[in-house]
Amino acid sequence: MSERTSTTTTHRYRERTDPQTTAESTTESATESAETTETDDGPTSDTPTTGAQAAVAALEAAGVEHVFGVQGGAIMPVYDALYDADPDHVTMAHEQGAVHAADAYGQVTGRPGVCMATSGPGATNLVTGIADANMDSDPLVALTGQVPTAFVGNDAFQETDTVGVTRPITKTNFFAGDTDTVGATVGDAIALAGEGRPGPTLVDLPKDVTTGETSAEPTPTTETEEEPPAADADAVARAVRALTDADQPLILSGGGVTKGEASEELQAFATEFGIPVTTTMPGIGTFPEDHDLSLSWAGMHGTGYANMAISHTDCMLAVGTRFDDRLTGGIETFAPDATVVHVDIDPAEISKNVHADHPLVGDAGTVLEQLHDAMGDAFEESGLTGDAYDSWRTTCTDWKTEYPLTYDTPEDEPLKPQFVVEATDELTPDDTLVTTGVGQHQMWAAQFWTYTEPRTYISSHGLGTMGYGLPAAIGAKVAAPDREVVCFDGDGSFLMTMQELAVAVRENLDVTVVVLNNEAIGMVRQWQDAFFEGRRMASEYGWVPDFAALAEAFGAKGFTLREYDETAETLREAIDYDGPSVVDAHIDPTENVYPMVPSGGDNCQFALSEDQL
Amino acid sequence: MSGQSEQSEHSEAPERRTTTPSSTGQHPEARDRPNGRRSSQGIRVDPHAEATHEPRRTTISALVRHEPGVLAEVSGLVSRRQFNIESLTVGSTTNPETARITLVIEEPEPGVRQVERQLAKLRPVISVGELDGDAVRRELVVLKVHGDRPGDVQAVTEMYDGTTLDAGPRTITVEITGDEQTIDDAIDAFRQFGIRELARTGHTALARGETWTTPDEQERYEELRGSERAPASENRANANGERKRPVSEDGDTGSKERLATDGGENDALATRPDESGDGGEDADTTTDHRRYL
Repeated sequence: MSERTSTTTTHRYRERTDPQTTAESTTESATESAETTETDDGPTSDTPTTGAQAAVAALEAAGVEHVFGVQGGAIMPVYDALYDADPDHVTMAHEQGAVHAADAYGQVTGRPGVCMATSGPGATNLVTGIADANMDSDPLVALTGQVPTAFVGNDAFQETDTVGVTRPITKTNFFAGDTDTVGATVGDAIALAGEGRPGPTLVDLPKDVTTGETSAEPTPTTETEEEPPAADADAVARAVRALTDADQPLILSGGGVTKGEASEELQAFATEFGIPVTTTMPGIGTFPEDHDLSLSWAGMHGTGYANMAISHTDCMLAVGTRFDDRLTGGIETFAPDATVVHVDIDPAEISKNVHADHPLVGDAGTVLEQLHDAMGDAFEESGLTGDAYDSWRTTCTDWKTEYPLTYDTPEDEPLKPQFVVEATDELTPDDTLVTTGVGQHQMWAAQFWTYTEPRTYISSHGLGTMGYGLPAAIGAKVAAPDREVVCFDGDGSFLMTMQELAVAVRENLDVTVVVLNNEAIGMVRQWQDAFFEGRRMASEYGWVPDFAALAEAFGAKGFTLREYDETAETLREAIDYDGPSVVDAHIDPTENVYPMVPSGGDNCQFALSEDQL
Repeated sequence: MSGQSEQSEHSEAPERRTTTPSSTGQHPEARDRPNGRRSSQGIRVDPHAEATHEPRRTTISALVRHEPGVLAEVSGLVSRRQFNIESLTVGSTTNPETARITLVIEEPEPGVRQVERQLAKLRPVISVGELDGDAVRRELVVLKVHGDRPGDVQAVTEMYDGTTLDAGPRTITVEITGDEQTIDDAIDAFRQFGIRELARTGHTALARGETWTTPDEQERYEELRGSERAPASENRANANGERKRPVSEDGDTGSKERLATDGGENDALATRPDESGDGGEDADTTTDHRRYL
């Protein structure tokens, strides 16, 4: 009988275990660990003296390297503490930019992105991005300034009940009312954002707490030494029986596979047993889309073959997905013949939207390994081989031939957006990070780019936040400076946060923004044409700025693209430009996104054109 | 990039296509459609077994940290997820750090499980459990009636084992305690005097006998008493990261099985710590699911 102490959060003295530091110089790390020992004896110069310093020390202890934020009155003490501290600060134009950048940083690195804002409007400007991170389970920490505790509740200048406002859209949030515990609270917020099912956390920091002297000991670090949770072995055995009994099994790989770093385990499982894989949109890249078993992604604008497979599978292994309505369409017709094996780390997702016949609560990678082992045994015992699901795979391949993602490029019509996406994909390396806004361009970027690695399609999935793309590109580039970053944006989305171009120029971040410009909120216009008798209310702009000239005004490189034969050259110039560039691609304004499963519809009833809706 | 390689790099760009999207694939109506259906609760409709659940009324108890905002968090959760709630009460416990929240909800089976699991995810919530049918439940009502017939009021109050809190020439205020039915009946009985005002507390409840009201309470109790570690490992999170009422292995969370689990737990509780076998084999994989919010 072992002690169960490992399940509790252990606090200990700050210790530098950053592998990079260790790699740089072993003597240095030896010196540092000696220093660490010294702190046990009493305060050193490293000991925080104010609440703000304690908060920043907690960031350092957690290995936070970058913070995205905007200054302001109530957060000034924290910024002052950051002056001498390790994390680099990226000053954004708007708090929404800061939170999206931090969110994308978290999506790329898997570690919580950190954003900072002042009280009142600073905090409320973060709200959209926090809600976005909450919907997509992105690891994010928001630090907000607050008026001094004595003023809280009195409607003081720039006061907002930030904890109250963000309560429903955070994994958890804290009002740091005590100078002595503020460091520990920030440490907890970082740890909670990243562990289990990730999500946003927020710490509200009143000014008197951040300026107040603390007697607290050096910042505690939250340790997560536990083994990732595994699923019950009997339940795994039953799930495997369901899979081996099936003739038409299908794997649905969700964002949880990305978050749980379970892509390798998923690929090993799928290829070993020859089971076709479709992903959700947040699961894009968890299974290489150029693989024979890949059916690309499913849902409203997913591929026809993925949606056919969803409708016809008799056993679905769903990993790390919450069965969003954009995936399932009408719940009554979602995989109606399938026994559902649902793997998720969050027990609350089990049978929330789709009933799980075999719930496996645990870490995605761990459970997939359990399934792999049990399935291997089952195959051996029953004499099944890799061709067990041969005819089902053939069916899926036939669907791929029958319902390919395709588009038309007639001479007399303007440039097609799908072509621009494909051309950009061809011109960039496989590990390129793609960020998007929300709308038609987002769907084309998902459909016509071939994703082969996890964490390469960085988007706003659940909340659908227009304007996500550019700040996300900034966050992605800061997270991965050596990788190519391309932001596909719509003209509508770009106009919502394009002021962040100033940040990209100031920080000289080499990001390429490709604006698929149809002078409209295209997705809305598409719906108006299909479902509102073509009454295009407030969806067509009629006029948009010259984005290339605008980019130049910001000090970025601007390009305008209208023709097929100049596409490759323009894109290459933009990609090769050493600094931020914007390609204003004037695309066919009549082009729409298909296939489409109408809202609440049946997956296999996707329309290939408007007249099929 | 140098200009010389331009020609070759050009060829990397895709060829323009000529097929039209509508030229391939069958029309939606011509495609094969599966025969099955799911209910609106996402449960496969099996013609041989009724798969839909009717709403049922049940009591959920949550032991929570006694801290600011916890009531807002719980009530916010209930309202934003549209859980159908009849009453919510909150009160302190013997431990100043904890409070108990009792919710009466009316939900179909999947909804009841959702309430439990969503509550369990809130950081201030320590432990959540659904109470069994035989739990002890009480509600209190304070009733103010017109004082014209003090003798009759007194008689009805006594019939319901109530107490007179205040009696004046114009009003009489009484207190009645009982289960929900008793309270409803008492209110009916007092209508004859003309009820001026009344206030009901809503349900509060505890599990009956030796059963603990929420799964983790025994352990907390033992910890607080500084005594030895609790014997019954079922009360801890299992390997699935869930607590006492996990999603059962076959995915069915029917109450029959829960009762069976409870029975097993009671047996374990009846055993002395040193005698019990203790399911220590899952100790290593035991996880605290509050950490997986």
